[in-house]
Parts: sequence; C-alpha cells; structure tokens
Amino acid sequence: MEDDVFDVIVVGGGVAGCVTAYQLARAGRSVALLERAATPGSKNLSGGVFYCRVMDQVFPGFVEEAPVERRITRNCVSLLNESSGVTVDYWDARLAEPVNAVSVLRGRLDAWLAEQCEAVGVAVLPGVRVDALLRDADQVVGVRADEEELRGRVVILADGVNSFLAREAGLRAKEPPKHLAVGIKSVIGLPAQRLEERFGLAQGEGVAYAVVGDCTQGVAGGGFLYTNADSVSVGVVLRLDDLAASGRTASDIHDHFLDHPAISRQLAGGTPLEYGCHLTIEAGPQAVRQDLTAPGLLVVGDAAGFTLNTGFTIRGMDLAAASGMAAARAANAALDAGDLSQRSMDRYRAELAATFAGRDMRTYAHAPAFFENRLLYRDVGLLAADVMHGVYSLDTSPRSHLRDVARHAVAGSHVGWRRLAGLVFAAVRSL
Amino acid sequence: MDDLGNLAERLARNSYLVDEAQPHIQVDQEAVRRTGAGPLLVRICPAHVYSQGVDGRIEVAWAGCLECGTCLAVAPEGTLTWHYPRGGFGVGYRYG
Ligand SMILES: Cc1cc2nc3c(=O)[nH]c(=O)nc-3n(C[C@H](O)[C@H](O)[C@H](O)COP(=O)(O)OP(=O)(O)OC[C@H]3O[C@@H](n4cnc5c(N)ncnc54)[C@H](O)[C@@H]3O)c2cc1C
Ligand code: SF4
Repeated sequence: MEDDVFDVIVVGGGVAGCVTAYQLARAGRSVALLERAATPGSKNLSGGVFYCRVMDQVFPGFVEEAPVERRITRNCVSLLNESSGVTVDYWDARLAEPVNAVSVLRGRLDAWLAEQCEAVGVAVLPGVRVDALLRDADQVVGVRADEEELRGRVVILADGVNSFLAREAGLRAKEPPKHLAVGIKSVIGLPAQRLEERFGLAQGEGVAYAVVGDCTQGVAGGGFLYTNADSVSVGVVLRLDDLAASGRTASDIHDHFLDHPAISRQLAGGTPLEYGCHLTIEAGPQAVRQDLTAPGLLVVGDAAGFTLNTGFTIRGMDLAAASGMAAARAANAALDAGDLSQRSMDRYRAELAATFAGRDMRTYAHAPAFFENRLLYRDVGLLAADVMHGVYSLDTSPRSHLRDVARHAVAGSHVGWRRLAGLVFAAVRSL
Repeated sequence: MDDLGNLAERLARNSYLVDEAQPHIQVDQEAVRRTGAGPLLVRICPAHVYSQGVDGRIEVAWAGCLECGTCLAVAPEGTLTWHYPRGGFGVGYRYG
C-alpha cells in the first residue's frame, strides 16, 4: 500500500463483501473491509438455507470448517390453508454427498467469514458506517465515514439490499415496494435430539420447509421453517406493496404463522431466542439490469440485486458469493492493467455472465411476474386440499376416478380450468 | 407457538447499543398528517417502532428499530428521515 491508498475498499461485511475481500487479498491486493456493525454479522439476517457448493471454490472444506448448522437433505413445499395443507416432501441421500445446502445463522457465519478475511491480511474495520463515496470527477477514489476519508483504487459496494451508497452513486433507483419484501423471523430453541426426533432427521441433517397460502393470510409472499443445530428458524416474507394494501399488521402475520396448528406443533416446548426482520429483493432479475459499475466502482450481492425467489428456494447467499468472486476477478484485472475506467470496470458484466449467478438471473427473469398471481396465496392451496379430500374422504359414497375428483374440485373452486392451466403453464416456463 | 412474548419482550432479547446522541429516525409530523401515512407506519414496522397518539402525532421508539428499512421503503416522500445508526450503534443480532 502506497500513500495510504488501499488497492480495494469493500463496504459491507456480509457474504458478498467477505468473499470479495478474501479473494482479492488472496490475489495479493491490499484490502480494507468496512462494516457498520460492531461485530461482523450482527446486523445480518437471512432465512438461512445456503446453497453452498460455490463456497468450496473460495474456502475448500467450507462445510467442515465454517459454523454451519445442519446439512439440508429434506425439502418440503407446503400449500397451507387455515385447516388443511398439502405438502410435497422430498428427501434424497444425494443431497448429502456432496453437501448441497446447509442451514446457517448469519451472526455466526459472517463473523467466521470476517475472521477468514483477517487471516489473509484484509484490514477488517468493524463499527464503521460509510456515509459517502469520494470522487475525483467521475472516478470513485475512496469513501468517507464520519469525518474520516479512506482512499482506494477500487471501491466495491457490498452494503446489502438498502444500498444507500449505490443509490447515492446514481447506479440504482429507489426500489418500488413491489420489488421488495420484508422477512420477519423468529429463532426458536429446541434441543438437538428433540429436534431430530420431531422432524425425523439423522444426526446433523436438516429440513427446509417453503410454505405458501394461509401462512401470510393472503398477502403475497410465503413462510419458511428451517432446522438449525439446536433451534428452528421460522418466519414469513411479505411483499411490501401487498402488505401495505392488505391493511394487516406485519408482526401479526408472523405470529399467525407461528400459531398455525401445522407450525405451532413443530415449535411446541421451544424457547424463543430471537425476533428480527430484514428486507429482501423480490425482483432480482429486474434489479441486476441496472448499472453495476462506475469508474472505480463495482456493486455486488444484494446491493446489486442478486436474490432469486423460485418458490422452491430463496437464494441470495450463493449469488452474493458468486457475484463477489466475479467482482474480485474484474477488480484484479483492472488493477493489473492499471485501468480503472468505466470500460475496464465493465469487465465485471462479462465475468458475471460467465457464472451461474449471471445466468440464473436471466433464467428466472419471469419468476417475479409469476408470483404476482394472487391465486397462489389462497385458492391453489384450497383446490389442492379439495382434490386430496376427494381422494381420502371415504364417506361411503361410491368412488370416482382421480380425473373426476379433480374435475369436481376445480368446478367447485374460484380458480377454474382456464386460470389453472394458465398458472401451470406460467409455472413451468418461469420457474 | 403461544409463548413468544409481546414485542417489548422479544426486542429485549436482542442486544442494542443505543445512540442517545443521534436518533436515526425523524418524522415530519406535518407531512405524515398531510399524506395520512401514520397508520401505515404503525402497522408495517415489525418492531412496533411507530405509534400514533390521540392527537394524531406519530411517536418513534427508535431505540427498538431492527434497521430493516421497510418503513422508509413504503413511506410517502418527505415523511421520514431515516439512515442507519452511526457505526457500531443500533441492534445486534446474536443469531440472524
Ligand atoms: C427473511 C429472509 C430470508 C432469506 N432466506 C435466504 C435463504 O434461505 N437462502 C439464501 O441464500 N438467501 C436468503 N435470503 C437472502 C440473503 O440473506 C441475502 O441475499 C444475502 O444476505 C445477501 O448478502 P450480502 O452480503 O449482499 O448483503 P448483507 O448480508 O445484507 O450484508 C451487507 C452488509 O453491509 C453492511 N453495511 C450496510 N451499509 C453499510 C454502510 N453504509 N457502511 C458499512 N457497512 C454497511 C451491513 O451491516 C451488512 O453487514 C433471505 C433474506 C431474508 C431477508
Ligand atoms: S427500519 Fe424496520 S424496524 Fe426500523 S422502524 Fe423502520 S420498519 Fe421498523
């Protein structure tokens, strides 16, 4: 480092910021990582399933070394109604070897990631809120925090979903409420053995539930329940436009979900450990089309819009890591070339396009529009339960074939064949 | 789950370092009155930071804020001044 100028300043010590800083330090760059929390991780909240294969490319042996909770080998998708529910329950030994996903608690994970950064020479500076970017004409040349100025040849914004800095830089507009959702989550303590018995899990293995329907009382969004080592992460994600329009109180919807008979049974006897909330992006594919670069500046992770809700999975952490790796490659090449112009920084786009992160954002471009379909948040679950009821309710009347049971259920539902066919068609095309 | 506790009890389980010197949320009471945004703020904040008094004024218990940004995202232009607490201050999650 010459004249107190870092090669790279990374703002934000979440998954995106830590992976970016780590990769650049490993490449021999001088790196400062600035985090507003007093302890890295203590501002961060996630539902908690990390599709972590990508982390092996950064930290070989990630699953063994990092403070992860459980290896997720069972995935359930539930359509939940007030007094019924239909669940697809999928478990597979192949998800254990190699490990595909783990549950995590960010207070623990991010603290570990920051330690790894420190170990490779990153100057980790917690308790520092970056207030503005420093510029020399168009070129970003550092950051300001309180009255302090810190200079860097490249600045990488990894400051999360609200990214006030990316907005200030004119890269991103304020997102409309429709593009955002608030996640409200409780962590409920349950002894490991009890938890494994209750959920039918082998030691160290875990389950992830994605729930749609009555869990959000009809508000667009969904519920989730993930098992940790000796606790459960459980909560709801509510799209802001719909939550605002619903007239409902956000915390009441969270409480309603945890009180739902299907859920409260799973939590019985548990100890409430934490209640928290965080925004998440519902329209990631749209958000990442905005500018992600400026001279001397790159944006990664949630700050750049890298979150995908596919109904089955909520993904942000894996995309945060992949975008951080792409940004590190681009920054490294720009520093090697001694060229920090817009054109040089735009190399990040090409790096992204070559990764699963860039490609998945394109593949799921129409997923946000699919989730605008209101049928999902009520009628589909009721219809599915009606079909199942027709199958299982042996009320001494003569049986019909499945086709007729389904026909009867659709006829008796608001949905109707046309809208149902439209929904299924949109689902197979956009998800 | 029948024993989650009320909001105050829940928030008390988080650690907070409150920046007494600089509140990080300010409400423009006049703008809130004009836009009628009060009830929206009251119900949309998962931490119940906002409450409305009988005179219609919005009270802000900013010390309990979980720093999600939801209120700012839905509040009409001009009603809120909201920024993250100064470095090191505010909520600290143990689990996340
Ligand atoms: C309820 C919920 C459930 C989710 N479930 C999942 C899931 O199951 N799986 C999954 O993969 N993803 C999930 N996500 C998404 C995932 O959490 C995010 O995509 C991911 O955390 C993004 O990482 P990041 O590093 O980009 O941002 P963050 O983790 O938000 O990190 C940003 C960091 O920047 C810091 N910061 C912000 N501003 C400043 C500043 N001005 N100065 C200094 N520091 C600053 C913050 O304190 C923070 O440490 C979920 C999100 C939510 C809200
Ligand atoms: S940021 Fe979130 S927790 Fe804080 S006042 Fe706004 S809505 Fe409430």
